[in-house]
Amino acid sequence: MANARDVITCILVSLTMAGAVPVRAQTPAKMPVVATFSILADFARNVGGERINVVALVGPDGDTHVYQPKPADAKELGAARLIVVNGLGLEGWIDRLIKASGAKAPVIVATKGINPQKMREEGRIGRDPHAWQSIANAKIYVANIRDGLIAVDPDGASVYRSNAASYLEELDALEKEVLAEIAKIPPGRRQIITTHDAFGYFGTAYGFRFIAPEGISTETEASARDVAKIIRQIKAQKIPAVFLENVTDPRLVRSIAAESGATVGGTLYSDALSPPDGPASTYIDMMRNNVRELSAALAN
Amino acid sequence: MPLHDLLIAPFTEFAFMRRALAGSIALAIAGPPLGVFLILRRMALTGDAMAHAILPGAALGYLTAGLSLGPMTIGGLAAGLVVAVGSGVVARTTILREDASLAAFYLISLALGVTIVSLRGSNIDLLHVLFGSVLALDDATLILLAAIASATLAALAALYRPLVLETVDASFLASVSKSGGPVQIIFLALVVLNLVGGFHALGTLLAVGMMMLPAASARLITQDMTAMIGIAAAQGILAGYAGLIVSFHAGLPSGPLIILMAGLLYLLALVFGPAGGLLRRFKRGRHLEG
Repeated sequence: MANARDVITCILVSLTMAGAVPVRAQTPAKMPVVATFSILADFARNVGGERINVVALVGPDGDTHVYQPKPADAKELGAARLIVVNGLGLEGWIDRLIKASGAKAPVIVATKGINPQKMREEGRIGRDPHAWQSIANAKIYVANIRDGLIAVDPDGASVYRSNAASYLEELDALEKEVLAEIAKIPPGRRQIITTHDAFGYFGTAYGFRFIAPEGISTETEASARDVAKIIRQIKAQKIPAVFLENVTDPRLVRSIAAESGATVGGTLYSDALSPPDGPASTYIDMMRNNVRELSAALAN
Repeated sequence: MPLHDLLIAPFTEFAFMRRALAGSIALAIAGPPLGVFLILRRMALTGDAMAHAILPGAALGYLTAGLSLGPMTIGGLAAGLVVAVGSGVVARTTILREDASLAAFYLISLALGVTIVSLRGSNIDLLHVLFGSVLALDDATLILLAAIASATLAALAALYRPLVLETVDASFLASVSKSGGPVQIIFLALVVLNLVGGFHALGTLLAVGMMMLPAASARLITQDMTAMIGIAAAQGILAGYAGLIVSFHAGLPSGPLIILMAGLLYLLALVFGPAGGLLRRFKRGRHLEG
């Protein structure tokens, strides 16, 4: 009898350990943090450093607008000590997912304190969620994430503060670099077409016009009228370049470029980082990649 | 000239509209005639099932090479043929009838296809796979569509007699010739080929619409088989043109609009069709009473 009970206790204990605290059992120091997509996860990793373990629900090259949550996501959320979301309507699915997962961790809205830009889509005015495309806003993201981490893990406050401070310095340097690079492009040529107008904040911050054949979201399919409008516009305003984006049909962009005579630029990353071996595996690399591609297509 | 602006200018001004129209015409020339045979053989749902069956194959092609023509075409063809043969085998060797086995195959295919496409992480591509992108037809895709249409027409011309015979009286064909089996297989292969072509322009969910709707509509308009094939193809072309025009002026997605136009023509035939529409039946009923 005693023997059997021991066995049962042993099984129960191991089940509990395996089920409830799998991560902490291996690396007790790391705090689980969930970010909704790859760019937020990169910010959180830079601030949290070794103290946290960050999981992005929507991985590299994924489209956050139309993401279909998986059961594993609810599990990650349930285990998280902190949840980082972008807000401004980017993750329409997150509220239900958090509720469904029973997660009790505090939710940090990384765009808190950012003045949202308006954006027109099919005649309706909405808030543009792609605030990270301006480096000035990225600094606010980082500050919000730092404060959120300190609130749930006060012991790490000094680490988070110093990590955030050095990352903010890197962002300052990046901003200077970007501005210097863009200054070389003649202002009249700073107009491009991309498949997805996620660059509203980038445009405002650095003086570009981005025109998209699709609306604010990649959820809607482009109609013949949209494509025709864009081609007319390229011809009428002599827009010099068309860019592919990593989340929509590249064949449509190529066909627009071929018809209008604009050059096709490389890939701009807007909503998602590239996989680790790609050209935009971190936020800083993403911004560098985008500016490099823009200058290459527009500078001459 | 407002009428010119409305109906012709979109195609003279924009190459992408001409490409979309050329692609739709290629699909409409070959698909609806095949649809006529499918309908007369009571295999309308077979087309539907095979269109879904293409998805996992095309998705595997997509998984290996992204949105590129070759791998998706080859994968789709292979998967479509497997289901065409497989469901026939199931129907002959188990208790399930062909309709049940087709339904099972296509549900599995659809679920499998969606899962495979999602594996790559970017789910917007799923929309392109499910609904196609008739506005983004590049040279290679257009050549493929034209080649499929030409091959289908040539094969239909060569097989016309045995195919018609097998459709109207299979036992007679079996008594005079052994061509029934091969004809059936070649016919199914043509259906798969056209669905794969349609898949590039209209996606898996809509490709079969271009094949079946004009054919069903033609069946309501005439009893004559040759005329039925011609009318079906003509309706397909009209639907392609009208769908693109409406999509252009109303700012609505093009693929679904093309199929909706084909559906509209079908509804008209359903009411007014001289060979079995509602109105004709109504009139005849009155006539008999009087």
